[in-house]
Amino acid sequence: MERKEFVCIGCPLGCNVTVEAEGKEIKSITGNTCPRGADYVTKELTDPRRIVTSLVKVSGGELPVVSVKTAADIPKDKIMDCMGVLKEIELPAPVCMGDVVVENVCGTGVNVIATRTCALKTAACLVSLQTRK
Amino acid sequence: MKKELVIIGGGPAGLAAAIAARENGVEDLVIIERDGRLGGILNQCIHNGFGLHTFKEELTGPEYAARYIDKVLELGIPYKLNTMVVDLTQMSDQAQQAGADSVVSEEGVKAVDNAASGVHDVCKLVTVMNREEGLYTIEARAVILAMGCRERSRGALNIPGYRPAGIYSAGTAQRYVNMEGRMPGREVVILGSGDIGLIMARRMTLEGAKVKLVAELMPYSGGLKRNIVQCLDDFGIPLKLEHTVVDIKGKKRVEAVVIARVDEHSRPIPGTEEEIKCDTLLLSCGLIPENELSETLGVEMNPATKGPKVNESLETDKEGVFACGNVLHVHDLVDYVSEEALQAGKCAAAYLQGGHSAETAEKPGKQIPIRAVNGVRYTVPASLNIDRMEASQVVRFRVGNVYRDAAVEVSFNGKTVSSRKKKVLAPGEMEQIILKKQDLQQFEGLEEITVSIRQA
Repeated sequence: MERKEFVCIGCPLGCNVTVEAEGKEIKSITGNTCPRGADYVTKELTDPRRIVTSLVKVSGGELPVVSVKTAADIPKDKIMDCMGVLKEIELPAPVCMGDVVVENVCGTGVNVIATRTCALKTAACLVSLQTRK
Repeated sequence: MKKELVIIGGGPAGLAAAIAARENGVEDLVIIERDGRLGGILNQCIHNGFGLHTFKEELTGPEYAARYIDKVLELGIPYKLNTMVVDLTQMSDQAQQAGADSVVSEEGVKAVDNAASGVHDVCKLVTVMNREEGLYTIEARAVILAMGCRERSRGALNIPGYRPAGIYSAGTAQRYVNMEGRMPGREVVILGSGDIGLIMARRMTLEGAKVKLVAELMPYSGGLKRNIVQCLDDFGIPLKLEHTVVDIKGKKRVEAVVIARVDEHSRPIPGTEEEIKCDTLLLSCGLIPENELSETLGVEMNPATKGPKVNESLETDKEGVFACGNVLHVHDLVDYVSEEALQAGKCAAAYLQGGHSAETAEKPGKQIPIRAVNGVRYTVPASLNIDRMEASQVVRFRVGNVYRDAAVEVSFNGKTVSSRKKKVLAPGEMEQIILKKQDLQQFEGLEEITVSIRQA
């Protein structure tokens, strides 16, 4: 039997909830004040998931980076893998909010999308116009 | 230049205030923003969790800001970027008189109209500066203060040691990482467990830095529970409560910091010192409303919030000057900033249309003070006028300590009228009560309202 301690994040109360489990089979949950606490630790024990927010590089943009997020939560143990994928990406400007940056990141079935719009750098914009002439 | 309404600050408060003012009929307004883009500090808050109350979804900072920026653009509200307000004063009565005489044309007509309706507003002078237009003054009938807040600095914390590179406020580090794509360091110690510090612990870890620990002076964290779990526990970063930094080592670059346990009076206990090797120290030790401009104008301040004292209309003691957002008091959630700012925009519109002045000019209603006692640090607003208030008034406050199984009590003239049980109250979370106009009107001879905490 394994004992694990969690701090419930359902509300400011922050109950210390203890779970006794064998593998992923939960035997007992104690310390929670309300049912939300039990739901939270069950999820944390069996399938903990997080939304990942980070950045990817942008070339020729008003900013050197653009913020991104996983469109839904992904398994917690995939967070660092996801970061590894994002580190390798460099997008050409412009990037629009909501653009898909990575499809199905690390086989999670979840896309990574841009959370801000990154316009072309004004200077770069002028250069490209001049070369077009 | 003349404007009906000038909004100082283009962050979440300024944006929402501008939208509300325009939607309530103010045509001639402008937002003044010192940064190169609208949205304020939300631009660098790339984590999610914003907008749960307002939009019922978890947005990142830039996404939350975009909702309001789009609305501002859609309404065609003018704004000035890279523009700094350098001075804010009131035009003296004499100058005002002279000004009104010399302006005979279109403005003259308006002045006469106002005089007829019994409105005597004192013009506010907003001096602004930018690269294109230089230095000039805008005459405004009303001003909304929405300048936000700033972080407590190392100087304000009195940490001894040299002044090496590698010491940043958490928000500065956040801007470097999230907007400029630069890492402030590799081995990090964070002092203070405010939300920005916790968020940065996760950000720096995700970007490959080693966050060694977070030290917190108080016996509890000032941050949200959810951030402690998801930013520290998820990555195995220790949180040392009742600890502080007592020395910073290194001359050119931070080489280590010395932390020590503190006693119940927050004094370091000799013999508990521990040296932690690191190249970066982030400070997340509280936020202070940025009120230099309010003070230049001579606005009455509340020492508990370090923001202006406001009434039910979120108006300061200077008529026609309103305040909202973190410049008024530091909020925990941006949703409440937006909500408060909408009210400020609406009240400024009412003021400009003569509504609230004209009404009270005939029947000067009494300003009833709201007193914060017994663990309640302050209330916003600090007073209210029953005649002017809407059907219900949100009163926001913070408590000074952690309370369990306590009750928030509201009293009229010392007589308890409501008591709401709370399982937990913490300084990190903003609380609110709602006062109903009907209840206040029915209570005869109301002199003061008290908000307090009663422990079981």
